[in-house]
Amino acid sequence: MSFPWANEYKPSHPFMQWMDEKLPVPRLVYNAVGAGYPVPRNLNYFWNFGFMALACLGIQIVTGIILAMHYAANGGVAFDSVEHIMRDVNWGWLMRYAHANGASAFFVVIYVHIFRGFFYSSYKAPREMVWLLGVVIFLLMMATGFLGYVLPWGQMSFWGAKVITGLFGAIPLVGEPLQQWLLGGFAPDNAALNRFFSLHYLLPFVIVGVVVLHIWALHIPGSSNPTGVEIKTESDTVPFYPYFIAKDGWTLGVFLFVFCAVLFFAPNMLGHPDNYIPANPMSTPAHIVPEWYFWPFYAILRAFTVNFFFIPAKLMGVMAMFGSILVWFFLPWLDKSPVRSGAYRPLFRKFFWFGLIPAMLVLFYCGGAPAEEPYVVLSQIAALYYFAHFLIILPLVSAVEKPEPLPYSITEAVLGHDENAKLANAG
Amino acid sequence: MAEQAVTDTPETGAGDGVRRRDFINIAAVSAAGVGGLATLVPLISQMAPSADVLAASSTEIDISSIQPGQAIKAEFRKQPVFLRNLTPQEIAAAEAVPLSELRDPQTLKERTKEGKLNWLITMGVCTHLGCVPLGAGEGEVKGDFGGYFCPCHGSSYDTAARIRKGPAPLNLQVPEFEFTSDTVVKIG
Repeated sequence: MSFPWANEYKPSHPFMQWMDEKLPVPRLVYNAVGAGYPVPRNLNYFWNFGFMALACLGIQIVTGIILAMHYAANGGVAFDSVEHIMRDVNWGWLMRYAHANGASAFFVVIYVHIFRGFFYSSYKAPREMVWLLGVVIFLLMMATGFLGYVLPWGQMSFWGAKVITGLFGAIPLVGEPLQQWLLGGFAPDNAALNRFFSLHYLLPFVIVGVVVLHIWALHIPGSSNPTGVEIKTESDTVPFYPYFIAKDGWTLGVFLFVFCAVLFFAPNMLGHPDNYIPANPMSTPAHIVPEWYFWPFYAILRAFTVNFFFIPAKLMGVMAMFGSILVWFFLPWLDKSPVRSGAYRPLFRKFFWFGLIPAMLVLFYCGGAPAEEPYVVLSQIAALYYFAHFLIILPLVSAVEKPEPLPYSITEAVLGHDENAKLANAG
Repeated sequence: MAEQAVTDTPETGAGDGVRRRDFINIAAVSAAGVGGLATLVPLISQMAPSADVLAASSTEIDISSIQPGQAIKAEFRKQPVFLRNLTPQEIAAAEAVPLSELRDPQTLKERTKEGKLNWLITMGVCTHLGCVPLGAGEGEVKGDFGGYFCPCHGSSYDTAARIRKGPAPLNLQVPEFEFTSDTVVKIG
């Protein structure tokens, strides 16, 4: 669907006309990300992170395919083949650093993208499906990131794989056989490394597929915007091309500037030195930490230290960790406020900035810290708030809050007046 | 017209309402379903531990050189296993603990072979998140209870490798093993 005033694709060149009859791919592109897609004229910079995320996915796929040309997924040589890439392969160091830091960049961008959704309630009707597919993409990204981190077969790779697959061992009855099935052995070894490589290569293309669905679902109602007021007339919109292609291009340039600064000047900033030690099943690093983008969820996992009635602490931690993301699936139905944008919701805004964000930051910090006091108690408090925010606070806030007055239209929000508003009021 | 040709079948049964086509439909879908499910078996079970991994799942270890108070780390199923020759004091310390004090109650007798109370053989895998505890190597810290200590999250095990303190839920696992002679242990 699109708006009635959307530009229509009219190929002028005879070849493009011929193409349009046989396989209208140019028409599809024109309507999806071209002049045929009207977007709200008031989108702020937070709306540029979807495009940046797509660029990150592109960087990861291109560098990943290249790395796979030089990497060997065998426990005996995997570590050496990564060093071979770093030292011997022409530009190999660039490809590997771009891929490793590209993963971090992807998660930075996606976290901003997700929190944009939290603040502006992008998950609300009619865009629930866009949100649900986005959560699926995030879960796939986490799986892909974890699998990829195992491939260099350093100490953190090995012990990360052991701890994470060990989580499945916490499931009652089927846990241990399930863990052995996932690993193809009793501990991470060749079988695990090979299948992790296979899946790490597969999942990005699954992500591409879900991204297509994500954008497709988005284009049915059209993009949301910072006021949360739906598009009413043509004056509320501008065509995606050239306006947002240009703006997305500009933010992509800024993003690449920062990305390259890290890539060329601090490529190991986000890595862990222990991963430059080859995997050794007989010796554990003193302090096992996952990649930084898993820290908030790792903190929730470790926050459970005592048994909960008949449920062992370990299983509670595992359920809470998965639950902390699965709760996002229910967000469109937990937050019942008819007003979308946090900019017009005074109470919601307070809980967002002074509740959810600090809780996430505390969890983030504690997830990277050793499992000792005061970090355990801090992550317990933050985890408690995290779940309360989604399950208790959001439904309550949407029931009691008195939202601030909304503008009549996007046009009025931007220009301060809207001719149609006067007509509507007069009528 | 084509649609009608498909749905409009001649009556075959003598009024029991079951048509020949219904039978073919159910039979075909069932065969495809059973066939599809059967295909899943090899697709899924190929991921289970392979024959060579399983074949390497028993190991024989010579323990003749381990003096009382010493321990060695060996490899079993790609994981560390601790073989420890307990001193009489360590045995006494383990037996002095009342079972009610234990998180995972087990006696030293239950965790060792008959008449070989001094040979404590356990996996070197912390039951919390799978780290390798310290205490088997020469000079490594043994924790508050004189057994093993996991540096990852601070679980302490006693001289019978039973969990006493920290987040681990269970005692260090005792693998299946037997003494093939006085000096050789076969694990697995």
